[in-house]
Amino acid sequence: MTTTAAPGRAKTRPADRIFAGSTIVAGSLILVALAAVAVFLIVESIPALLADPAQFKGSPSSFWAYVGPLAFGTVWAAFLALIIALPISIGIALFISHYAPRRIAQGLGYIIDLLAAVPSVVFGLWGIKVLAPAVTPLYGWLVDNLGWFPLFAPPVSGTGRTILTVAIVLAVMIIPIITAVTREVFIQTPTLHEEAALALGATRWEMIQMAVIPFGRPGMISAAMLGLGRALGETMVVAMVLSPAAVISFVLTSSQNPSTIAGNIALNFPEATGVGVNALIATGLILFLITLVINLIARVVINSRSAFSGAN
Amino acid sequence: MSAVTVRDAPSTVNSLTNGRLPIWAPWAMLLGSWAVIAVIFALLAASTGGEFNIVATLVLGTMVFDIVIFVLAYLVEGIRQAKNRLVTSLVLSAFIVALIPLISLLFTVVTNGAARFDVTFFTTSMRNVVGEGGGALHAIVGTLLITGMAALISIPVGLLTAIYLVEYGRGLLARSITFFVDVMTGIPSIVAGLFAFAFFSLILSDPGIRFGFGGAIALSLLMIPVVVRSTEEILKIVPNELREASYALGVPKWLTIVKIVIPTSIAGITTGVTLAIARVIGETAPLLIIAGFTASTNYSLFDSRMMSLPVFVYNQYANPGSTVQPYLDRAWAGALTLILIVMLLNLLARLIARMFSPKFGR
Repeated sequence: MTTTAAPGRAKTRPADRIFAGSTIVAGSLILVALAAVAVFLIVESIPALLADPAQFKGSPSSFWAYVGPLAFGTVWAAFLALIIALPISIGIALFISHYAPRRIAQGLGYIIDLLAAVPSVVFGLWGIKVLAPAVTPLYGWLVDNLGWFPLFAPPVSGTGRTILTVAIVLAVMIIPIITAVTREVFIQTPTLHEEAALALGATRWEMIQMAVIPFGRPGMISAAMLGLGRALGETMVVAMVLSPAAVISFVLTSSQNPSTIAGNIALNFPEATGVGVNALIATGLILFLITLVINLIARVVINSRSAFSGAN
Repeated sequence: MSAVTVRDAPSTVNSLTNGRLPIWAPWAMLLGSWAVIAVIFALLAASTGGEFNIVATLVLGTMVFDIVIFVLAYLVEGIRQAKNRLVTSLVLSAFIVALIPLISLLFTVVTNGAARFDVTFFTTSMRNVVGEGGGALHAIVGTLLITGMAALISIPVGLLTAIYLVEYGRGLLARSITFFVDVMTGIPSIVAGLFAFAFFSLILSDPGIRFGFGGAIALSLLMIPVVVRSTEEILKIVPNELREASYALGVPKWLTIVKIVIPTSIAGITTGVTLAIARVIGETAPLLIIAGFTASTNYSLFDSRMMSLPVFVYNQYANPGSTVQPYLDRAWAGALTLILIVMLLNLLARLIARMFSPKFGR
């Protein structure tokens, strides 16, 4: 460092350097942590890939035969949850942004955010003790009357602990996050677009169709992906509500349900030993990769949004 | 002309409201459909001896309302208005449908949790307790210690990162940090627990490691991105004039940040941190993996298993003794405690935001 600083440039003090340095260290620590997550999961997974698969729970023919039903169950449950949650969330977001009176809209937003504040283990307890008994008669009716439809093939579960119940609870849990993101996008719709549509005689729904939905589409897509990511990784609800089996089955109402990766880890990790631990960590790595890809796509979609409309 | 106006009409017809449903019609129809379905269900319940199902009443009634309002609006107002009304009613229905689980959940937790929400619950652990009695003292201690440690790690790292992103960060490093912080918010909590386990079992070469500090590491992995995002948002809205005024007086950059930027935004930062704590305090899965469960109170983060409140709830539900009810009662009481803590933190965050937010004289 030269003592004769160039004119117009502030003198750099040691304290400045220390402070700036520590912020850089903190920021880099996050990147290091994320890399460490990947590295340590991979290192601990390798023994599972090399081990004799007969040592895994249920003695599958290979590691992939062990992961297959779990990966399927994870994606299937999350997909069902998304199907249920997406229309409801978009409805709530529209209600808060464009329908509810301005004075109470914020309060309604807080109420939905309350759902996000409830811990997942409480949702699990509610799912198994309240929701599952409540939907059991409905499942009986569905299987009796719509049993020809592949999704409701008999026999029916007698406890309600099916993948559909799990999907409903997961849907309730991801509604707040999807609502929060879509609400933000809907509120940002250029007022001029909305007023132009209304001035041309559009009803409120036509205005939303013409101005709000096209503007908010990327936001809706990425919100859906964020919700999907959350549903994929949700653990306790699956561990507590589902009655699992190592099957690949699309049936919604049977007692033979494919488990999910996260639920399987939570149920088996406390008792796992030796290579069983490594197998569970390997499934966790796969879950990490699935959610990472989903989140990366969602973030890329969100970040590309800011540029495309000239009106805001 | 005059003949038309003089003709005395039995009721004044307003051309603006003509051919439209009156303004109270949707609300009347919503209440009406609920009432009709409620009567049908009550009759059904009375004839079969079953219970009156209020949730099914609300859901079905709301569905009926959607159909009725579409048909009525189509008959009176035409297809465009009918579609508009249908969407309006559907949007309202979505909100009502989302409220049902929230209300049901809060109601069940409060009514079931009240049974064991007593002094014993907060003053005893589960050591040597089989069946009735016992409490969650060990779990509450564990939750406070683990969450406190996680906050101790996350707050400095999160704050400094946010400061870097807002005050210093330019170029590739800043952009990649922003991006990966976003990605990090999506890490499943159980993966964070597995990471902490993999990390410490390799470093300390203990294949069955369980201890509280690992749980704190896992939780801070989930907490840091939340702290960074909320702090970043707040720091961004600190007016640049304040910084420039400080620089103009010759104050170095780091002092400007410490003495001007942070005090201005401290309310927002505190709110964000409180919400982040509220988010991780209910995490179950990572603590199940790395902190394990135990029946005794453990005050040391670095030694042996440590119970936490969410894991306590799960454990009471999942591993009951021969008589299930006392275990379930404890699980519900634990759930009630957990919800109360989270709600309190949320309320605190909103209060801080409201009371201490800076007032700009404009």
